Amino acid sequence: MHMKKLLTPAVLCLGLILSACSSTGSVEEGAGKVEDRNAGAVKTVTPPSSRSQALAALRDPNSPLSKRSIYFDFDSYVVKPEFQSLVQTHGRFLAQNPDLKVLIQGNADERGSREYNLALGQKRAEAVKNALVTFGAREDQVEAVSLGEEKPVCTEKTEECYAQNRRADILYSGEF
Amino acid sequence: MRCHQRKFVQNFMFSMTSVIAMHGLAHRAFHRFLPFMVALAALAALPARAQLTVEITGAGGRLIPVAIPYLAGEESLPAPISQIVSQDLAKSGIFQLVDVGMMRLPEDQIPDYANLAQRGADAVLAGTATPVGAGQYEVRVRVFDTRRQADLGGILYRFTPSQTRATAHRIADFVYEKLTGVPGYFASRLAYVVKQGSRYELRISEADGSNSVPALISQEPIISPAWSPDGTKVAYVSFEAKKPVVYVHELATGQRRAVANFKGSNSAPAFSPDGQNLAVALTRDGISQIYLVPISGGAPVRLSRSSAIDTEPVFSPDGRYIYFTSDRGGSPQIYRMPASGGAAERVTFEGEYNVSPDVSSDGKLLTFVTRNQGRYQVALLDLQTRQQLILSDSSRDESPSFAPNGRMIVYASESGGRGSLFAVSTDGKVRLRLSAEGADVREPAWGPLPR
Repeated sequence: MHMKKLLTPAVLCLGLILSACSSTGSVEEGAGKVEDRNAGAVKTVTPPSSRSQALAALRDPNSPLSKRSIYFDFDSYVVKPEFQSLVQTHGRFLAQNPDLKVLIQGNADERGSREYNLALGQKRAEAVKNALVTFGAREDQVEAVSLGEEKPVCTEKTEECYAQNRRADILYSGEF
Repeated sequence: MRCHQRKFVQNFMFSMTSVIAMHGLAHRAFHRFLPFMVALAALAALPARAQLTVEITGAGGRLIPVAIPYLAGEESLPAPISQIVSQDLAKSGIFQLVDVGMMRLPEDQIPDYANLAQRGADAVLAGTATPVGAGQYEVRVRVFDTRRQADLGGILYRFTPSQTRATAHRIADFVYEKLTGVPGYFASRLAYVVKQGSRYELRISEADGSNSVPALISQEPIISPAWSPDGTKVAYVSFEAKKPVVYVHELATGQRRAVANFKGSNSAPAFSPDGQNLAVALTRDGISQIYLVPISGGAPVRLSRSSAIDTEPVFSPDGRYIYFTSDRGGSPQIYRMPASGGAAERVTFEGEYNVSPDVSSDGKLLTFVTRNQGRYQVALLDLQTRQQLILSDSSRDESPSFAPNGRMIVYASESGGRGSLFAVSTDGKVRLRLSAEGADVREPAWGPLPR
C-alpha cells in the first residue's frame, strides 16, 4: 500500500479518475465517513478539463507535488522544518483544488510495541493533516490513518531502514 | 486402600464434555498414537506433530523430581496420557522426570515409597484408565509424596477420545497444583500470529505452542489477539479492510463480528472480566484514546481523555482498573485509571519507554516491555512492593502475556532474523523457547484455563 508500489498504477488511475478507475471505490464497507471517501471521490464529478492541469502536476516528477513523504525522528511525531515547504505545497494545492482529497498514511519503524507504533503512526498522520489544514486544505479533504509498523518499505534491521519507515505518505484520490 | 477410595470420591470430579466442544480441534493430534513401548525417558524426542517445540534455555533452582509411571490400562486409551503428562511437567522447567522404566502404578495401589525415594523421586503419579462404554473413558489419578509417604489427593476424569489430550493436560495441572500449591496452566491455550510471506495466520495452540490450528488466515496483518475470560472467543485487530478493525471471533464456530469499526484506527482490544465489553483504542476523535464497546456491538463510551496517545488497555482481574500505555508525560509509560474512566495515575517510572502492559490473575504483578539501553525487554513490576525486574536477556521483546496462574509469561522476541515465542517464569529462573520451523511468530496471548 505504500507509495513506491502504488505510484505507477496510481498515476494511471488519476488520469482516469472521473471515468472508470478500477481502484477507486473498490475498498471498504461504507459504515462511516472513512469508508465514504472513495465513493465520495468518484461521485464528485467535474469536467476533466478543469482538473487535468492539476493532475498533471501531481504526476510530474519535476513538480514539487511529486514529493509525498514526510520523515520523522525516532519516537517523534513532529513535522520537521525541512518538510514544511513540502506540506505547504500540498496544503495550497488542496486549497486550489477543493474537490481533491488525500489520505495520509502514518508509519513507524518496527521497534517496540505494535499497538504503540500504530498510535504513533496515527499521530504522525494527524500532524501532517493539521499542517495541511494550516496551509489551506479543508479538514474534510484530508483523512489521517495509520499502518503502524505493519507495512514497512524497508525491512532490514538498520538505522537507515528504520528512518525510511518513520514516515507519513500523502496519497491523492485514486492512489489508495 | 479403602481409605484412598473414599478420599477419591470426595475429591472428585468434573465432566470434560464441554471442554473440547470449545477446543474443537485437539483431536487432530491423536492420529499418531505412539506405542507404549516408547520409554518415558525419551522425552527429548517430541512427536513430529508438534508445530512448535519447547526447548528449555535456562533453568534455575531445585527441580522437583517426580515419577510418572504408566497408568494401569493405559494401552486402552486413544493417546498416551502418562507421556503427555510427563512432557508437560518436564517442559514447565520446574520438574525433573525420574525414569522408572516400565513401571505401572494403579491409582488404588500404595506405591513402593522406599523404592521410588531411592530412585530419587519425591512424588509419584498413580493412575488407572478404564473404558466405560459409549466411546467414553475414565481415568483416575492420585499423587503421592514418597518422602512423607503421604497421599496428596486424587481426581477422576471421564472423557471422549477427542478429549484425551486435554484430559492429560488437566492431569498435569493437577500434579502441578498438588506439588507446588498453585494451579498449573497446561490445559490453557495460546493465541498467536504467524507470518509466512505475505500470509498472516491467527493460530490457537496448546499451552506449549504445539498442535496449533488456524482461526483466521489473511493477506493483511493481524495483531493484538486477546482472550475472552471464558476462553471461547478471541478478539483481535485485522487490517483486512485496509485499516485496523477490531473483531470478536468465536473459536468453536468460526463466527466473528466487527465490534469496533469506526472512523480511523480501531485496535488494542481487551475483554472486561465479565466478558461483555471490550476496552479498545480508537482514533475516531483524532488521536488514539481508550473506549469501551459492548461485544454485542453498539456505541463506544470514551474512557480516557488526554491530548496524548492512550492505547493498549488491559483490565485488572477484579475489573476495577484499566492499565494502559500513554505518552501524556512526554514518553510512553504505563498508567491506570478506574475502569469507568477518570483520573489516571502513573504506574511505571523507570526508563523512558514502558509499553504493552499485562496484569497477573491475582492482580499483584504487572509485566510490560521496557526499553533498557536501547534493548526492548520483558519487565516485571510487583505492584505492591514496587520492585522491578527485567526478565529477558534479549533485545527485541514484544507482547508479554501472563499464564493463567501468573507464574509464567509468554512473549515474542526475535531470533535468527524472525520472530519466536519464549516463556519465562516470573522469578526469572526458567526460560523456555517455543520455536516454529521456518515461521515468523509474534503477538502471543495466553488464554485462561478451561472452565
